[in-house]
Amino acid sequence: MKGMMHLKPLIDDDSRTFWEGAKNHKLMIQWCNDCKKYIFYPRIICPHCFSEHVSWVEASGQGRIYSYTVVHRAMPPFNEQTPFVVAIVELNEGVRMISRIIGDREKISIDKPVSVVYEKIDDELTLPYFQLS
Amino acid sequence: MKSDRIAAIVGVAESDLGVVPGSNVLRLQAQAAKRALDDAGFTKDDVEALFTAGNWARFPGLMLAEYLGIKPKYLDATDIGGSSYESHVIHAMAAIQAGLFDVALITYGSTSRTSPTRIPSSLTLRYEDPFGIPSPIGHYALAAMKHMHQYGTTSEQLAEVAVATRKWAMLNEKAYKRDPLNIDDVLNSPMVAEPLHVLDCCLVSDGGGAVVVASAKAAARAKKRPVWVLGHGEMTSHNNSVCSMPDLTVTPARESGRRAMEMAGITHKEIDVTEVYDSFTITVILTLEALGFCKPGEGGAFVSGQRTAPGGDFPLNTSGGGLSYCHPGLFGIFLLIEAVRQLRGECGERQVKDAKIALVNGTGGTLSTTATVILGRD
Ligand SMILES: [Zn+2]
Repeated sequence: MKGMMHLKPLIDDDSRTFWEGAKNHKLMIQWCNDCKKYIFYPRIICPHCFSEHVSWVEASGQGRIYSYTVVHRAMPPFNEQTPFVVAIVELNEGVRMISRIIGDREKISIDKPVSVVYEKIDDELTLPYFQLS
Repeated sequence: MKSDRIAAIVGVAESDLGVVPGSNVLRLQAQAAKRALDDAGFTKDDVEALFTAGNWARFPGLMLAEYLGIKPKYLDATDIGGSSYESHVIHAMAAIQAGLFDVALITYGSTSRTSPTRIPSSLTLRYEDPFGIPSPIGHYALAAMKHMHQYGTTSEQLAEVAVATRKWAMLNEKAYKRDPLNIDDVLNSPMVAEPLHVLDCCLVSDGGGAVVVASAKAAARAKKRPVWVLGHGEMTSHNNSVCSMPDLTVTPARESGRRAMEMAGITHKEIDVTEVYDSFTITVILTLEALGFCKPGEGGAFVSGQRTAPGGDFPLNTSGGGLSYCHPGLFGIFLLIEAVRQLRGECGERQVKDAKIALVNGTGGTLSTTATVILGRD
C-alpha cells in the first residue's frame, strides 16, 4: 500500500471522528437526535430533517453487500492492487458506505452479510474494510 | 402536442472531433460557435446570452465570453456533468419566457483525449477515494451489477447496446469508431470493472459543440426551420457518490422524463427518435427504463435483438453515441445536435424517416442528475 500518501483524506471537523475511530477500530457514524435516523457520510446538519442535533455513535460494524464490482483497471496507486473488490455496504443501521471486501472473491455476492475489519495503511490512516461474516 | 412555441433550437454544430492535438477548450468552442451561428444564419452580434460548462478555468463563462468577443447580458456556466447542456437549453427557454433575451449561444469544448486532467478528491468523496474505486466507471459498474442481480440482466444484453450504437456510427462519417462490432467483441474486450468491459465504455475524445437557442420571434428570421423545445424536465438525485442514490437501478430520468413528456403533452408512441447519454452501456438500459419506454428490469430485453440499431423499431443514439461517435466528457450537447439534425432531415444514410419528435436525455455525474428535453418540428 505504499504510495498512497497523496490520497490521504482531509481531516476537519466533519471527518475527524470517523478517521480517528477507524484508527481505534471503531466504525463511527452519526445519528440524528431529532428524527432518530442514522447519517453517513458525516456532516454538521441532518440531511433527513435539517436538525443540528446530530451525534456520533459507534456502528455495529455489521451489514450486507448492496452491490459490488471487481476492479481490474485502476489509476495509481491502486493499479498495483488489481483485481480488488469495491462494494457498497449497507450497514444494519441503514446507511451505505463504499469499502473494500476482502477474502475469497468467488464467494462474494450481493446481499451476503459482511463484518468490518481494519486495514492499517500507516500510522496516520486505517481503513474500515469488510469481509463475509 | 399541446406545447406553446416559445423557444427553438435554430443552429447546431460540432467543432473538430476525435484527436485534436494543439487545440484547447477555447479554440474548440469558438470553432463550434462560429459554425452553429452560421447554421442559424446569425452572427456574433445576435448573441445576448452565453452558456458553457466545464471546470477548465476559475471563471469559464467569463473567459469564454472574452475570447469570443461577446459581452453577454446573461451568462450561465452551470456544470452538472453530462446533462449540463440539456439543462442549458431549459434555462435558456425559461429566460426567453421571462423576456430576458431572444438569442442564446451554448457551447462546449474539451481536450480530454490529448490533455486529460485528474479531478482532485473532494469534501464528500474523501470517504470513498481511499478505497480505490475508479470514477465514474466503478459507480456505473455497481449499478450494472445491482441491475443484473435484481433482474437477471446479462452482459450480452449490455453488449447489444454497444453493437447497435456502432451500427449507427458506421453511417456517420464524423464518428471516431466505424469498424464493425459484434457481441462477442464486446464480451471478449478487457474487463475494467465487473461487469463492464472496455467496449461497454464510451470513448475519450477531444471535441466541442454549440447550440443556438432563439425565441419564437428571433427563430422566424433564422436560416433553417426551427426545432421547438416542446417540453423539459430536470432532476437531481445525488452528487458523485452512488451511496447517496436511493435505488441504484432507478435514475432521476424517471422524474425529469415524466415532467418533460407532460409538458409536451405527448406519449411514448409519438417519439420518433431518442437520444440518451450512453456513458456506459448500462446507462442506456437504466435510462430507457426510467423514461418509461419499458418497465423497470425490462431494459435488457428491450434492447435485445438489435432493436435500437438502424432498421430496428426503436432508433436510438443515431449519431453513434458516446460509445462510437465521440465523447469529450459532457456528451449532452452532442445529443441535442443529433436530435436537431434528425428533425431537420439532415442525416443522410442514418436519417430516421419522417422524424417529427425527438426525446433527448442527458445524464450527469454518476447517474446523479438528468435533464430531459422534448424537441419537435412543425
Ligand atoms: Zn434528522
